[in-house]
Amino acid sequence: MTVSASAPAAAPAVRIAGLTVSYRRRGRLLRVLRDVSLDIRPGEAYGLVGESGCGKTTVAMALMRHLAPNAVVEAGRIEFAGVDVLTLGDPELRALRGDRMAMVYQDPGSALNPSIRVGAQLAEIYRHHRGLAKADALDAAASMLGLVQVSDPKAMLRRYPHELSGGQQQRVMIAMAMATDPDLLVLDEPTTGLDATVEAEVLDLVEQLRDRFSAAILFVSHNLGIVARMCDRVGVLYAGQLIEQGPARELFADPRHPYTLALLRCMPRLGMRKDADRLEPIPGALPALGASLPGCVYADRCPIARAECRVEPPPMVESGPARLARCLFHDEVPAIPPSAPGPLGGAPHARAGEALLGLSEVVKRYSGDVVAVAGVDLEVGRGEVLGLVGESGSGKTTLAKCIVGLVDATSGEVTLDGSALSGARDREQRRAVQMIFQNPDSALNPRKTVRSIIGRALRALAGLHGRAQDERTQALAASVRLEARHLDARPSALSGGLKQRVAIARSFAGTPALVLCDEPTSALDVSVQAAILNLLVDLQAQEGVSYVFISHDLAVVRYVADRIAVMYLGQIVDIGPAERVFEAPHHPYTEALLSAIPTLAAGARPRIRLHGPIPSPSDPPSGCRFHTRCPRAISGLCAEVEPPWQDGADGHRYRCHIRPDDLARAQRG
Amino acid sequence: MSAADAATVVATPSATRGQRAGELGRALLRSRTFMVGAVVLAFWVLDAIFWPAIVPHDPSSTGTDILVGPSGDHLLGTDNLGRDVFSRVLAGARSVLIVAPLATLIGLIGGTTIGLVSGYHRGIVDDVVSRIVDAFLAFPAIVIALLALTVLGSSQVTVILVIGILFMPIIARTVRSAVLVERERDYVAAARLRGDSAPYVMLAEILPNITGPIAVEGTVRLGYAIFAAATLSFLGVGLQIPSPDWGLTVAVERVNLAVNPWTVLGAAIALATVVVAVNLVADGVRQAVEE
Repeated sequence: MTVSASAPAAAPAVRIAGLTVSYRRRGRLLRVLRDVSLDIRPGEAYGLVGESGCGKTTVAMALMRHLAPNAVVEAGRIEFAGVDVLTLGDPELRALRGDRMAMVYQDPGSALNPSIRVGAQLAEIYRHHRGLAKADALDAAASMLGLVQVSDPKAMLRRYPHELSGGQQQRVMIAMAMATDPDLLVLDEPTTGLDATVEAEVLDLVEQLRDRFSAAILFVSHNLGIVARMCDRVGVLYAGQLIEQGPARELFADPRHPYTLALLRCMPRLGMRKDADRLEPIPGALPALGASLPGCVYADRCPIARAECRVEPPPMVESGPARLARCLFHDEVPAIPPSAPGPLGGAPHARAGEALLGLSEVVKRYSGDVVAVAGVDLEVGRGEVLGLVGESGSGKTTLAKCIVGLVDATSGEVTLDGSALSGARDREQRRAVQMIFQNPDSALNPRKTVRSIIGRALRALAGLHGRAQDERTQALAASVRLEARHLDARPSALSGGLKQRVAIARSFAGTPALVLCDEPTSALDVSVQAAILNLLVDLQAQEGVSYVFISHDLAVVRYVADRIAVMYLGQIVDIGPAERVFEAPHHPYTEALLSAIPTLAAGARPRIRLHGPIPSPSDPPSGCRFHTRCPRAISGLCAEVEPPWQDGADGHRYRCHIRPDDLARAQRG
Repeated sequence: MSAADAATVVATPSATRGQRAGELGRALLRSRTFMVGAVVLAFWVLDAIFWPAIVPHDPSSTGTDILVGPSGDHLLGTDNLGRDVFSRVLAGARSVLIVAPLATLIGLIGGTTIGLVSGYHRGIVDDVVSRIVDAFLAFPAIVIALLALTVLGSSQVTVILVIGILFMPIIARTVRSAVLVERERDYVAAARLRGDSAPYVMLAEILPNITGPIAVEGTVRLGYAIFAAATLSFLGVGLQIPSPDWGLTVAVERVNLAVNPWTVLGAAIALATVVVAVNLVADGVRQAVEE
């Protein structure tokens, strides 16, 4: 990485000064950015982090002068290339955008024009900004695609965007952004929609391109690990205000604003376990948009706030070399004790005892030849949490739906307490197996009140009516820490975390034996995620319920799960006690998933990379399904012969041709 | 988070049902399109109810002044039987404002039911229902209506039924596409997980979430229903003489266009104002729902 520390006096590539932006809504101005000032030096990568609603994207959009029509810039300047971007006329702005400044968006699928070939879209930039002839522009496009490591760039030119995987689409977007060698590159959550393995590849690419090009980068992300890996300096936004800024590693290692500290403490880190560490959610909630905040924006949630914090907005003060913090008491921040940890709610890890759920040879084939689940054998014990991980397309969600009864397995058997679950389930079976969905917005009927959502579940699953139903509704709401006033609200009046609490209460209405949690926190911010995970862990311990816990976030799975199963293309390839599965020797796919995680710690583990996307489940590779992407594949064997199960320690099993001792040697390096 | 998300964060109302309804009401009151349409429509509704009290002459009493032009006594002149044209225009609103809303209501009830069932069940049910709907839509509606009314005989009730039934497939299509979106949402999966019956899921879970598109479709259909009712009367298979119905009046009096054009134009313009007013209301409702 080329850190521009060698030229500290260089004029900044971008200077944002006092930027204040509001959105106009129903005649009212709601402030989203308050006096944001930051510089990005040439060649520097500046990371902007914060939770949703804090104004990250508004900063990025203001920089491109691409704000929503109802946005009003109330004050501030954005200097780029010697001019104020906010006052430019349209022709000048057009000349600047796409030529000297470029942006990569979160969703490459919607940022590319679906009806124009990739080559034509990329070549257009060379023709428009460089005045190249058509043939030359296509040549330039092909060599740019080579630079972003697209295999066979010539063939790629002729493809349409829908023919590409998400990772390839994002490479094309990056190629388009870098085509004119811009002075400023804005990356807005560029890998958020991608799988971890693909994300790691795209981030590698951006890192390599930084050495080759000299663009200043504004990197917007909610993922602190990614920002720590990619950026030289970081700014933390909260409620539209920059509250801390500094060199990335130092800032994350030694935060000087209470919010940054709280954000770091509420993230589950790889290795944390429910029975040893309790997550620390941030108390309270983000101030409402447009709320008038006379003092410090964080005062209401801050453990060290005092009277003087609420008088006037604190200034940005120097909190160390090249460090700024908007806190009057920034020198007290390192001494803030962990918040009262609360009782450790986690049940002791369940050990192989009575089996609750049994799956044998479960297959789910969809119309056509798509085999989403290709023969899964699995057991979940009573009171056990089984984590289920794998990339999207690995069949996790389909497997969950087979278990819960939303889809019927094509063949194989699902048993609960030894009796088969098949076809129409009776009330007792429905009561026993429930599900928490990924997206709380979609999981709650927007036209019903919380009371009627929970009440209906109690009536249908527990057979409660009238008074009994009312009382139980209140008890259930209290057990997920909902307040009484929430009962008569509709979902649209609740925050994401509150909605998910309602969904959790609903799934526990019939005192289930097994709850399927399908990415229950992936739609939530980290501070909310911590509270929801604590709640799920507490409920699990109190009720003695079993979970099948699906997540793409390995740190989260490691935190809650007793055992972990790793799925690849519809099959389980690695299964065993959580600590065993995440340690060598383990399946090369598990190894790849783990090394794809961007961590806050510097250069922690040797990285292995998977290349290309997961193959189509309609045409799985022969032999070992993973051999096409496996860095440890043995030629002549893995492509032909289906791998056997290998037995590791403590009941850990994985499906591979490499024996545990050999694999351990290779993986420990 | 993208800019669009940022904007929706700003735009997301947090409201209870009362606030929601109130918000919709305020949006409608702010819409000039809706207000103009509503005022004109309100005029004709009041007229349809109270015309016996406000007409200057009995609309069916004949006289000796035949086909005279507008005057102080007869604002729009008289027809070939000496009846007061102005009074007949005022009285003619009633039939159309009974037929069209009732026909639309029947269409909405039937169409919503069909759309819910085929959209929710998908599969064979959907295939069969959709093909029948397609077959229905392949014929010009007016031809089917003419045939049906010729066979059944024409009366106000048959006209209402025929128009209502003809609307069902069209409304069913709109409702089906809205149901297809809603049924994929997880609250429907949650309802199935607790064993709710299909009718319960359709009526109690899905239906309240698709009232917006149904309201829009209803107001649009209302305009078409007025038009269809007038057309059928004009073609002679709707209401019969001596009803002051506008479509019928235009058909009967058009031979007198040269002598007293008001015999035709009065009813025609009245009809046009109602159709335009309903369409303005429909536009206003659509905009308010989309907001």
